Amino acid sequence: MDLILFYSRKLFTVLKNEVLVLPSRVVVVLFFLLLLLLPVFTKDPYLLRIFTLTSIFAILAASWDLLSGFTGQMNFGHALFFGVGAYGAALLNLHGHIPPWGTIPLGALGAVLAGLIIGIPCLRLRGTYLALTTLAFPIILMGLVFAFPNLTGGDLGISGIARLARSRVANYYIAVVVMLGLCTIMWKITDSNTGIIFHAIREDELAVRAAGINTTRYKLLAFCLSGFFAGVSGGLYAHFMRIAGPSTLEVSMSFTVVIWAIFGGIVTIYGPVGAVFILFPLLEFLRFWQEYRILMFAGVVLLILLYMPDGLFPWLRNKIEKECPRCKIRSIATRKTCRVCTASLD
Amino acid sequence: MALITDIIISGLISGSVYALLAIGFSLIFGVARIVNIAHTAFYMVAAYCIYVVTQKMGFHPIWGMVAAVVLVTLLGMIAYKFLINPIREHEGAVLIATIALAMALQEIMAIIFTGTYLSVPSLIKGYLLILGVKVFYQQLLTFCAALLILIVLWALLVRTKLGLAIRSTAQDREVANLMGINEARVAMMTMGISVGLAAFTGAIVVPLTILQPHMWLHPLIMMMAVVVLGGLGSLKGSFLGAYILGFAEALVVFLAPMGAFLKGSVALSVMIVVLLIRPEGLFGVSFEEER
Repeated sequence: MDLILFYSRKLFTVLKNEVLVLPSRVVVVLFFLLLLLLPVFTKDPYLLRIFTLTSIFAILAASWDLLSGFTGQMNFGHALFFGVGAYGAALLNLHGHIPPWGTIPLGALGAVLAGLIIGIPCLRLRGTYLALTTLAFPIILMGLVFAFPNLTGGDLGISGIARLARSRVANYYIAVVVMLGLCTIMWKITDSNTGIIFHAIREDELAVRAAGINTTRYKLLAFCLSGFFAGVSGGLYAHFMRIAGPSTLEVSMSFTVVIWAIFGGIVTIYGPVGAVFILFPLLEFLRFWQEYRILMFAGVVLLILLYMPDGLFPWLRNKIEKECPRCKIRSIATRKTCRVCTASLD
Repeated sequence: MALITDIIISGLISGSVYALLAIGFSLIFGVARIVNIAHTAFYMVAAYCIYVVTQKMGFHPIWGMVAAVVLVTLLGMIAYKFLINPIREHEGAVLIATIALAMALQEIMAIIFTGTYLSVPSLIKGYLLILGVKVFYQQLLTFCAALLILIVLWALLVRTKLGLAIRSTAQDREVANLMGINEARVAMMTMGISVGLAAFTGAIVVPLTILQPHMWLHPLIMMMAVVVLGGLGSLKGSFLGAYILGFAEALVVFLAPMGAFLKGSVALSVMIVVLLIRPEGLFGVSFEEER
């Protein structure tokens, strides 16, 4: 009893002193609550379907950020990981009769393997070379998919995969909980020592190497981690849509991921996730304007970029919060002094 | 024998097309460090432009080509001025701005012309028999025009003052600026030349291909592969890389079973193999670290 009281009091203090003081943290908590409580308010299958897909793609966008945003290794072929995850899960499910909770991690391991295979040659390249070379890998795989239609189903893809779960609500909860969990893990990774090394590699690789850190190993680690998370999202997608087709490997898929991530703001993890939650439903709700849908999408992206080239979310965050010039701790923008060291904020 | 001739012709033509595209892409990358994904989207717009002028308005194809090159160059410079120039400092933003631009152009074309497949008649009709293989005059024309434009471009870059300015800006932007070269204007001119090249490529290749709003994707990928293979910023490399990949594609299409599906894969694998041996491409000039 005392223990419960202790933890509830601790929760209350943390909430009061750490969460409620910063608007961005409040927003994150509200986001978690809203997503977890959504099926309580509405059971509309269309809405649930959109948010399930949104969650799946949010994992993908965040995983791109983990690799390309943090380590600066521009990956234009992120669809490769997604596609390998999807096809891996589908093949294992169809031929190996493994249920979804087994196929998705195994498919993701396949994507890790793909990350290793493309990572090893690609790490000799940098910058634009790397970006343009990675673009090639999903296309090569797509050629193979079309060339061996017996195994991969060719144009039609692999269909008849097991459902993720019986009901729509269960599907929704699986996708959302996995998304929230994985994104928290990614955020934790980027906050750890490894994440700091990733940051440093982007800023100045030579300096990191001079500090005695094997940058190749860390870049490969980034490829594998990112591949794993993208593979999970691919597996979820295959089991949710019950089909793994060549559309998962398309160039436009890779480009869309890049658009989501940069639109939301790279090197943040929360940026890409938020961007998917804005752009993907927006694209769906514009469906009544079928013909102008993608045009509007491109227009919105172009306009937003002209005014906030660093991405939407970092811009918003800088509007509502200020960083203390002395202790680098953020406070709400309405305060005159820092909430920790009371230095003046202007 | 006929097969070999087929392969050679097909390889030469796709090689020339990739060379023209890749050199334009390489130029603007060298001068302004812009990875212009929309490059081949301009090529698609030019192709549609010709369709409108010749099929809808009924002018001679030559006027179609002129109109296409002029209009698309203008379009490219306007897009550069209003969409890319304001955010040039942010590399990632430029990247997705060009992707979004390409998507927007594709959708506009899809709305105007719907997604149906269209075609444009050749400039000159008839064909020539070489070793028992029909070689259409249009194919010869495309090849010769590509070579001619490449020579003109080379002369422009090597013999004129503008060319000197472009090459020096590509080598070192800051020092070029200090030497009194108006870097912003050079970038603008280069964008014009680069998009003009894409438009010209679209103009000469349109009778040989099928018009549809997605026609920019395959050339985009091949063009990027060529640029990486030849070495970024190296015109000689782009030229050679284009023919290597063009012939690789032609060989696969004509010789391998299921070749049409695998042509992209094989060409890109060639690129990756070369990169494994020479990470900076065939003729890569390693750029100085950005200051």
